[in-house]
Amino acid sequence: MSIRAKYEIELKNVFDNLVLMCRSIELMIENGIKALVNHDMELAKEVYEEDKFINRMERDIEQNCLKILLMEHPVASDFREVSAALKMITDLERIGDQARDIAEITIQIGDKEHIKQLEHIKQMAEYAAKMVKDGVLAYINRDLALAKSLDDTDDNVDNLFNTVMADLVELIKQNPDNAEQAIMFMMIAKYLERIGDHAVNIGEWVEYAITGQHQGDNF
Amino acid sequence: MNKKYDITVRNCNLFYKDFHALKNLNIDIAENEITAFIGPSGCGKSSFLKVFNRMNDLIEGCKITGEVIIGDMNIYDKDIDITMLRKEVGMVFQKPNPFPMSIYDNIAFAPRTFGVKKKSELDEIVEKSLRRASIWDEVKDRLKKDALGMSGGQQQRLCIARALAASPKILLMDEPTSALDPISTGKIEELVNELKENYTIVIVTHNMQQATRISDKTAFFLLGEIIEYDKTENIFSNPKDKRTENYISGRFG
Repeated sequence: MSIRAKYEIELKNVFDNLVLMCRSIELMIENGIKALVNHDMELAKEVYEEDKFINRMERDIEQNCLKILLMEHPVASDFREVSAALKMITDLERIGDQARDIAEITIQIGDKEHIKQLEHIKQMAEYAAKMVKDGVLAYINRDLALAKSLDDTDDNVDNLFNTVMADLVELIKQNPDNAEQAIMFMMIAKYLERIGDHAVNIGEWVEYAITGQHQGDNF
Repeated sequence: MNKKYDITVRNCNLFYKDFHALKNLNIDIAENEITAFIGPSGCGKSSFLKVFNRMNDLIEGCKITGEVIIGDMNIYDKDIDITMLRKEVGMVFQKPNPFPMSIYDNIAFAPRTFGVKKKSELDEIVEKSLRRASIWDEVKDRLKKDALGMSGGQQQRLCIARALAASPKILLMDEPTSALDPISTGKIEELVNELKENYTIVIVTHNMQQATRISDKTAFFLLGEIIEYDKTENIFSNPKDKRTENYISGRFG
């Protein structure tokens, strides 16, 4: 086997693990919100536990990337792809933490009746999960347009966040007894909003891997 | 006013009889910078290096056209004194090639050629050159010993010291560490990095990591052409030409 072929296999291993990690995080976000909406404590616990897998995946991929950097000394687009993967997994790991935090709040809320319908939070979660998926897909397929589209999707998430916040403020004004749960929903919305930001970071690293330019260069 | 020692090449072509080895090369090499030439064997990088001190003049059937300007002199002008040119443009080769004489006489060779006779003056040049090449401490007690008795790494630093003794302004290095172990290589790389304060250095290397470690700019050669020339960091992180990318990342064919 040629050295180049060996390298491609190692890089593919990183790609495969990234897809696995990404799929698992998407499910954490989706199931986390499903557990919240349906008061499903079992599912919330599953999501909470899943974060350990994400942390392990981060370590594995990190080790693979560091090994490639050490042993193969990649340059040019090879170098950019491996460095981008190294940076992306940090954001993915944080997203996993946030999905876990949402599950933790779900468990705290428990069986208590919700003070409001969770329509907007559900929409935020759908966008967030899609953004994570698109970020990793853009990386795997070297799809610059998809990577750049994450910014626009994030605007939707931010708008929804503002809507949720306004609704919750109104509910607290109406009845101070709503405050406790309103704050919890507020935190969940904030976590989802942060997931969007992390996904935008991922998109920027994908852009770097493809073009050599990082959005952050402009600041 | 100080003379300048940057190198400007315009439309340089080199033929070995019928073989068109360098094709219309243009490059600007800055003073006090390290410029690396990379590319597969036979791509013309060593031939081009030798253009800078007219080493190709010795090769029968070699013809060079175009302009090669060092500072403000076109080194292919008819009235150029080649000995003086080679004094200002020193060269270090791939294989260490000390003269079969003592360490001292190796270093004193060029200054003697250029008329330095006083022992005290020669002593001073020998010590200074050996110190500059980071080898003084290893050889100061055996200056009269045969240079061929030194290790490969020491011989190469001796050759650098010998080149420096002629007080050149430009130093050409043709794969200076390819025959050396990592420790000797490290010493020579450190040395090259220190020398750039006072010299313009052009180095041919097959070692990509060496190019990234020490050079400010890198030129990629292929089939007698310069495909890409840019800051080393750009060449190795984001090359513009696919052929550069394929070469440095080991994708052939």
